[in-house]
Amino acid sequence: MKIHEYQAKQILKKYGVQIPQGEVADSPPEARKIADKIGPKVVLKAQVHAGGRGKGGGIKLAKNPQEAEKIAKEMIGMTLITPQTGSEGKLVKRILVEEALDIARELYIGIVIDRAKEAPVVMASSEGGVEIEKVASETPGLIFKEYVNPGTGFLPFQARNLAFKLNLEGDTFKQGVKFIISLYKAFAATDASLAEINPLLITKQGNVLALDAKMNFDDNALLRHLDIKEMRDLDEEDPLEVEASKFNLSYIKLDGNVGCMVNGAGLAMATMDIIMHSGGMPANFLDVGGGVSEEAVKNAFKILVSDKDVKAALINIFGGIVRCDLVANGIVKAAKEFGLKVPMVVRLEGTNVELGKKILKESGLSFYPAETMKEAAEKVVPLAKQ
Amino acid sequence: MSIIIDEKTRVVVQGITGGEGTFHTQRMQEYGTTVVAGVTPGKGGTTHLNVPVYNSVNDAVEKEGADASAIFVPAFFASDAIMEAAGAGIKCIVCITEGIPTFDMIKAKLFLKGKDCCLIGPNTPGIISPGKCKIGIMPGHIHTPGTIGIISRSGTLTYEAVDQVTKLGYGQSTAIGIGGDPIVGLQFIDLLKLFKDDKDTEAVILIGEIGGTAEEEAAEYIKKEFPKPVVSFIAGQTAPPGRRMGHAGAIISGGKGTAKEKMKALEEAGVHVAKSPAEIGQKVKEALAEA
Repeated sequence: MKIHEYQAKQILKKYGVQIPQGEVADSPPEARKIADKIGPKVVLKAQVHAGGRGKGGGIKLAKNPQEAEKIAKEMIGMTLITPQTGSEGKLVKRILVEEALDIARELYIGIVIDRAKEAPVVMASSEGGVEIEKVASETPGLIFKEYVNPGTGFLPFQARNLAFKLNLEGDTFKQGVKFIISLYKAFAATDASLAEINPLLITKQGNVLALDAKMNFDDNALLRHLDIKEMRDLDEEDPLEVEASKFNLSYIKLDGNVGCMVNGAGLAMATMDIIMHSGGMPANFLDVGGGVSEEAVKNAFKILVSDKDVKAALINIFGGIVRCDLVANGIVKAAKEFGLKVPMVVRLEGTNVELGKKILKESGLSFYPAETMKEAAEKVVPLAKQ
Repeated sequence: MSIIIDEKTRVVVQGITGGEGTFHTQRMQEYGTTVVAGVTPGKGGTTHLNVPVYNSVNDAVEKEGADASAIFVPAFFASDAIMEAAGAGIKCIVCITEGIPTFDMIKAKLFLKGKDCCLIGPNTPGIISPGKCKIGIMPGHIHTPGTIGIISRSGTLTYEAVDQVTKLGYGQSTAIGIGGDPIVGLQFIDLLKLFKDDKDTEAVILIGEIGGTAEEEAAEYIKKEFPKPVVSFIAGQTAPPGRRMGHAGAIISGGKGTAKEKMKALEEAGVHVAKSPAEIGQKVKEALAEA
């Protein structure tokens, strides 16, 4: 799960990570009030789930509270387009108003789980303020890493190693060590999957602060962090994805026009792939779960037919332990309830497949049956183009 | 022959009295798996599905000689169940549970280090040596004893591959789902090593997906040391970056872990890569004809 910058900063502050003074505003007068309190000079930052905000005009400096109000007026309600939002952009509902600081250096600190090493890794770089992926591919030598032993946790000497590598000195060094240790504490305590400070700011006075902050969390652990779970901003997500998540369906909206409903994540991806190989593009990823309950089929069907971009759909179910006749019954029921608004190709395979096909055929509904995945994909793609 | 499990394997089911545990224990028994015990803390001394239930895996090992375990325990308790099984001396731990927090798995893997046991999963359909033993939730009847080894990160997509292979007249020596999570037990390479030494395995199908670098590492190993033909399919060629595609581990992050990279690495290692999932069976036929 993703959260906003201001939310990440609230969490980090709890664990002792130094952050700039600031507050969230959802109206221009509020922005002015905050600037009055912490200004006069402030930075206004659009709060959306996307990076590269500066490039789209989502981060601006105001010299005084009046100007802060004026900029806030432009920013709140604007559709912010950044390299990460796509061309449709994102609506700005609130902004973070922060004290403007004198920048001496911009560094980078990030923590992720290294899958191959099966451990968290704390990364630091003197190249802050730019995309770390770019640094990693162009100048990998400028990224320093410390792997965390999950038994002992992140150790003070590891934080010192990184702070030395960043050429921190004196009091700034001490602040830097404390910063990195606190950041790891926050990462581990919240079951985060990413904690990224880019840039990590060294002020002209030598203080260490998180100028930006990004945190993502392990969805599987959210039930033990209900405070974080509540930070989910449904406005940042596709409405159909929000709807699907209510039914515990795994659904992702895509750009194409061939809808698909499949049981199992791997088979769902493979079905999308075969649609592409047959000349079409998938409109979504939708996994109803390996077990395919009748309830899941019904809810998934509803989501498929409510997507206006879907011109034809492919239902691909490999009934293993679940019998195809039960799945077929579920499909027929859902089709009768929500209507067959687009042509639907159904491919069933596995236990009781003949019975399942018979149920579809005798339902009186005009499904397009298919024997194999290939046949199904080759049938559905032209139907979507009609 | 087969790898890891066979007709002598003695299985304990952790979480046997739960809904999933009960349902799938029955399916395993029907398939012919020797289920010798169940474990549900607090229900020790009872009997369920004609199997004695114990309070701990230790008891099941001592009293029934269990050497493999199937875990059907809810996600927040599953890493504890894995470590309990390893601590009790279970040799093969199959964790079916989906949704275990990553940090829990990192700790469990640390606990397993140096112990003489292997973990399959979590978030896996399990492992089957057709005609001998099935530990997991896959439909037994689509499998046939034979000479193709299958290693996969997926569930139903593996059944699809099994089905294609069976319909072409080939059977499977052993089919294993390694699990769809970012941190799992046995990896592609561990299993390739076992298939290499298995006399009855003539070829291997490796089904990967986007996310991580396990396929690239497998390609490296195959290129250097794996003498048998390998067929592969990578799911997620059309998956967008930065989105988790159902499986917790199936995500392209920072531009890494794409299907394209993985297919390229495997092709360069001499693997027969199926571009479409419908071609997996056909590719096996071609690979065996060439070998």
